[in-house]
Amino acid sequence: MLLHEYQSKQLFKEYGLPVLNGRAIESPLEVAEACRALGGSRWVVKAQVHAGGRGKAGGVIIAQSPQEAEQFAERWLGKRLVTHQTGAEGQPVNRILLEPAATIDRELYLGAVVDRSSQRVVFMASSEGGMDIEEVARTHPERIFSTTIDPLTDAQPWQARTLGYQLGLNNSQLKQFCRIFTALARLFAERDLSLVEINPLVICNDGELCCLDAKINVDSNALFRQPDIEAMNDTTQDDPREVRAAEWSLNYVALEGNIGCMVNGAGLAMGVMDTIKLNGGRPANFLDVGGGTTRERVAEAFKIILSDQSVKVVLVNIFGGIVRCDLIAEGIIGAIKEIDLKVPVIVRLEGTHAAEGKRLLDQSGMDIIASEGLEDAAQRAVALAGGSSE
Amino acid sequence: MSILIDRSTRVICQGITGSQGSFHSRQALDYGTQLLAGVTPGKGGELHLGLPVFNTVAEAVAHTQADATLIFVPAPLCKDSILEAANAGIKLIVCITEGIPTLDMLVCKIRCDELGVRLIGPNCPGIITPGECKMGIMPANIHKPGKVGIVSRSGTLTYEAVKQTTDDGFGQSTCVGIGGDPIPGTSFIDILTLFEQDPATEAIVMIGEIGGTAEEEAAEFIRHHVSKPVVSYIAGVTAPKGKRMGHAGAIISGGKGTAEGKYAALEPAGVVTVRSLAGIGAGLKRATGW
Repeated sequence: MLLHEYQSKQLFKEYGLPVLNGRAIESPLEVAEACRALGGSRWVVKAQVHAGGRGKAGGVIIAQSPQEAEQFAERWLGKRLVTHQTGAEGQPVNRILLEPAATIDRELYLGAVVDRSSQRVVFMASSEGGMDIEEVARTHPERIFSTTIDPLTDAQPWQARTLGYQLGLNNSQLKQFCRIFTALARLFAERDLSLVEINPLVICNDGELCCLDAKINVDSNALFRQPDIEAMNDTTQDDPREVRAAEWSLNYVALEGNIGCMVNGAGLAMGVMDTIKLNGGRPANFLDVGGGTTRERVAEAFKIILSDQSVKVVLVNIFGGIVRCDLIAEGIIGAIKEIDLKVPVIVRLEGTHAAEGKRLLDQSGMDIIASEGLEDAAQRAVALAGGSSE
Repeated sequence: MSILIDRSTRVICQGITGSQGSFHSRQALDYGTQLLAGVTPGKGGELHLGLPVFNTVAEAVAHTQADATLIFVPAPLCKDSILEAANAGIKLIVCITEGIPTLDMLVCKIRCDELGVRLIGPNCPGIITPGECKMGIMPANIHKPGKVGIVSRSGTLTYEAVKQTTDDGFGQSTCVGIGGDPIPGTSFIDILTLFEQDPATEAIVMIGEIGGTAEEEAAEFIRHHVSKPVVSYIAGVTAPKGKRMGHAGAIISGGKGTAEGKYAALEPAGVVTVRSLAGIGAGLKRATGW
């Protein structure tokens, strides 16, 4: 789960990390008063969306006056910001973050991630702050320093010192850097983060370190024990169908094609999408109905797929292991009874209770095309969706 | 022969009294698995599916000499269950549960490694040695004893591969689902090592998916250490970047972890890759001359 910058900075503040005093603003009317309250003569104003690349897309400015900040608020609040990381539709801007502008001496990078290869939390620091860190890793790998956290001891000050000296910090900066590193490690562990980035971590003219930006990814699997973070989830940033699917514990990702897919298992769902493409078709979605699924959830999955107007045919591919095919069949029948189905449905059932599932579908008297194999099912779906796109 | 489990494996089930635990324990018993007991705290002394239920894993091990456990407990409790089993002397833990926090797994993995415990999963279909032992949620009837070792990050994709190797008459030595989480207890390389040493395994099917670099690391390992033919399919050619595709670990981030990148690593390592999920059987024939 992604957090907005202003939410990430709230957490930073809670853990004693240095951030600027800022205000998340929802209306242009709040801007003038906020500028006055925050003080200073220049303000950084940033659109709050779940995507990077905001600066290049015009979603960040330095306002030289409260009027300029207000104009920015009017320009963006309630609109959608398109960056290279968003889709063509962009993300809605419901808040902007207003902060007094800092005078910057040096820009650094500090981040942490669960590294899948080493199976540890790894911290990375770089002298090249404010840049795309993946680009730095590619062009100047020697400018990135890293340290691995031992889960037995947690993050230790020596690790911060090592990174700090590598970054060329002086003694006063080093002390501050150690505090930031230790607090960030504590935040990471206690709040179940999967990624945190401070880019840039700046050294201001007065020698003080400050987290100018903040990006946090939280492990969605851990939200059951992070209720206050779960409450920060801004679902306006997601596709409404994905939000609805999540409420039913379904994994749905909208795609651009016209063949709706309902599959059990994430890997197989991708496999079905790939098979459709190999046969010249275009999948409309990824949808994993998951294990231990219920009749109601299958029916809901059907409705979500069909809420996409471009869907011309639905391909259901179920290989029953933890989920039983007769339950899926009941779900399909229930859903088709409930909604006014206008598109053909191709169903392939295999595995646990597959025969019972097929029998239920046959006895339903509904217009369902039964298919024996995945390749066959995909070919039929592509034909019914209007043939190969190539 | 087989890897990890066979007819002599002595199994208990943690979470046996839950609905999934009950359903799949019943299936395991029907398959002939030596499932000897269950563990549910607070239900010790009861009988479930005709098996004794114990309050703790240690008691279950003391009474049954179990060496393997199958875990169906809810995700928030899995760290506790895994560590309990590891500390009770269990040598093989198969954790089916999906949704375990990554930082929980990180600790479990370290402790299991220290104690010499093999942890399979989480978020996986389990293991089956056809005709001998089933520890998992896979549909039994599609399997057939044979000569192909199958290892996969995805449950239902494994079943597709199993069905093809059964339909083609090759059968399976052992099938292992290592799971779709970012930090799996067991890696492709661990299982490839076991298959390479297993005389019953004549060829290997490795099924990967987008996200991480496990397939790339496996490719490097295969190049140097695997003499048996390997066929590989990678799911997610059509997956968009930056979107999590169901599995916690299935995400292309920063341009890394694409299906194309994985295919490109596997092919020069001598792996026969197949682009169609339905082509695994044909790939095996090509790789082995069967």
